[in-house]
Amino acid sequence: MKRRKFEMAAVPGNVARGVDDRFQVATPLRRLLNKVFPDHWSFLLGEIALFSFIVLLLTGVFLTFFFEPAMTEVIYNGSYAPLRGTPMSAAYASSLDITFDVRGGLIMRQMHHWAALLFMAAIVVHMLRVFFTGAFRKPREANWIIGSLLFWVGFLAGFTGYSLPDDGLSGTGLRIASGIMLSIPVIGSWLTSSIFDGEFPGTIIISRFYIAHVLLIPGLLLALIGAHLGLVFKQKHTQWPGPGRTNDNVVGERMFPRYALKQGGFFMVVFGVIALMAGLFQINPIWLFGPYEAWVVSAASQPDWYVMFLDGSTRLMPAWEIYIPIGDGYVIPPLFWPTVVLPGVLVGMSVLYPFIEARRLKDYRHHNLLQRPRDVPARSGLGAMAVTFYLVLALSGANDVIADKFNISLNAMTWGGRIGLLLLPPLAYFVTYRICLGLQQHDREVLAHGVETGIIRRLPDGRFVEVHQPLHREDGELEYVGWVVPKKMNRLGALGPAIRGFFYPIEKPAEAPVSPAPSVDSDTERSEIASGERR
Amino acid sequence: MTSDNDRRRGLLARLRGRPAARSRGRRRLGAAVRLLAALMLAGGAYTAFAPSVQAQDTPMSSAATDGKALFNQSCVSCHGRNAQGVEGRGPSLVGVGSASVEFQVGTGRMPMVRQEAQAPRKPPVFNDDEIRQLGQYIQELGGGPEVPAGEDLHKDGNLAAGGELFRINCSQCHAFGGGGGALSSGKYAPTLKPATDRQIYAAMLSGPQNMPVFGDNQITPEQKADIIAYIQETLNHNQDPGGFNLGRYGPSTEGLAIFLVGIVALVFTTLWIAGKS
Repeated sequence: MKRRKFEMAAVPGNVARGVDDRFQVATPLRRLLNKVFPDHWSFLLGEIALFSFIVLLLTGVFLTFFFEPAMTEVIYNGSYAPLRGTPMSAAYASSLDITFDVRGGLIMRQMHHWAALLFMAAIVVHMLRVFFTGAFRKPREANWIIGSLLFWVGFLAGFTGYSLPDDGLSGTGLRIASGIMLSIPVIGSWLTSSIFDGEFPGTIIISRFYIAHVLLIPGLLLALIGAHLGLVFKQKHTQWPGPGRTNDNVVGERMFPRYALKQGGFFMVVFGVIALMAGLFQINPIWLFGPYEAWVVSAASQPDWYVMFLDGSTRLMPAWEIYIPIGDGYVIPPLFWPTVVLPGVLVGMSVLYPFIEARRLKDYRHHNLLQRPRDVPARSGLGAMAVTFYLVLALSGANDVIADKFNISLNAMTWGGRIGLLLLPPLAYFVTYRICLGLQQHDREVLAHGVETGIIRRLPDGRFVEVHQPLHREDGELEYVGWVVPKKMNRLGALGPAIRGFFYPIEKPAEAPVSPAPSVDSDTERSEIASGERR
Repeated sequence: MTSDNDRRRGLLARLRGRPAARSRGRRRLGAAVRLLAALMLAGGAYTAFAPSVQAQDTPMSSAATDGKALFNQSCVSCHGRNAQGVEGRGPSLVGVGSASVEFQVGTGRMPMVRQEAQAPRKPPVFNDDEIRQLGQYIQELGGGPEVPAGEDLHKDGNLAAGGELFRINCSQCHAFGGGGGALSSGKYAPTLKPATDRQIYAAMLSGPQNMPVFGDNQITPEQKADIIAYIQETLNHNQDPGGFNLGRYGPSTEGLAIFLVGIVALVFTTLWIAGKS
């Protein structure tokens, strides 16, 4: 009997056929794999957040194997000598064990923490990209709202996680959180005692935060991220305007193989950057903070960066108590305004912004093309205003460290923050607005008169004129289409293509270009130009 | 109340009751004897109860004399003659003890360059011998706390106990990592990094600048040794198992790092792998 010949090359095809016979997935899968994504660096910022979330899940699962979420008092007897014999909660003792006695525990803890910081940072950077390019406009308002909620849910995830080790620093943060909740009129005391099960700190808060941190909040995050990505798939990604790109199509790369490969590679890079930071930079050294005791409050007690703006607003708030003479009298403490009202206003404003803008501009059309920030100076100005406001608050949150290290009076920092909070945002609006108008004007000028060549010609009568390379043959003006206007001769192919390579040239540079430029061989070479442009 | 007539008579006579008639000469003699006795009693009591005045008359030790010379050269403009202080410039140094001199002069804080919120640490102006002489002068001037002898003051210190004491008593201003922190109006708690055992001990004893005094009644000498052991063995030993400590400034520099390192690196990656125009 003749043995059947085994053909390696036919295996994938056979397997695929077998799968499709049983599940009928070829048609939907083809649709999915052929889905086109526009390609631009700024579209990858959200992915940083997504990939750090995956790292958070992986490292977080590792940490749960060793963490003990209990506030029962134990005597530490691990390998960190300066705390041996100290009474502390089981949560803190197990965090120390993860750090010093579990193999690989410290780097897992540090990766988890750095990934959390990166997650929040990437959310903010991604949000800025979406805001400044107008990607939140109809039909994508829902996704903008989900994104804003992701920030606040991530904020909660970060705060609960930061509190879990029950060290001196996080306990101070928890104390402040309980103070913030207490400051809410009428319901404050009920809210605090129901969360802490009595007076702060109680004996159950760590267990409650634990279940919120490892189950409820990640579940919510996962659901929101799923909805966020699902909407991107359904509504398709926005794209920059440009040749061949309209409001009704998507120009880019197919999901498979190029886009998927790039994303896979990018995930590896994000993972690598987090691992590298965790290996190189120490984060949250809980062993120095000691166990939480109510009477230990260190100088420079700060929350993680995404909470720091609340710390800053608290530091800048004047001590204005509002006394309401009802019954025995009622006091609204000053803490209420910067830590409850301000975040509430911020959530409301960010969620409602797409609708406010549409209403103001009476623009209810679908928008699938992005806008360059310079083309919408009012929005860019508002964004700059918001960023400045946030930065002043965040810097004020660290104002004692800044005051100490730069030899500034802390009082001066506080007053600088108060005045800066009122003055700098409008200033940022004005400056941004003017810069946008200036950039617009330059684009129009190039379209009308051409690119500066750097050549000065002397006329027979002695005058000098600057030679421009017009962008069009006929007389008349080119219309601005909302996309990059070439401003350098090599962008026109007039000086030969730029040297390729990211950090160093991967090909020998051509000989120094002569002017007027030599003709360029083909269009394909021109399209390889990759650098020499700023935006 | 005694009558006007009674008051003119002496105390003893009144106690004795109605006086017998005495000659004018005897009365005069008795008054002289009583005056003499009272003077002798007062003088004797004075010599018995005021020895310090007598001590001032004893000559200072030679070290203190040298110290006084240094004082008159470098310190007198703010702390005044005999270290009694000058209003608005420098406090009196009577009774601050050699511990205070050792800290302030040994860390270069004194002499001050100018009047400001707080004297910063700088390379000391005087050498160890001169600091000892100055300290001896101030010590002999009015007494006060002294740092015990020896360079290594934390030999038998207990790290865990010291850590707990440090977090309770010191971290409010000097921070968990001992890196220091800001106080109001330009004042600050300095970093503990360059401090020697003796300087930390002297600071606790004398409470320099804005620091409270931690006398031996509040923190015993054994507990002081524990605290110094924790500072020197744990905080100043550069044991950072997690890598570069980012200055141990807490979450503020960590937040800076995630943007300057993490986000910057990844944005460059996006520029590398995706289209730019």
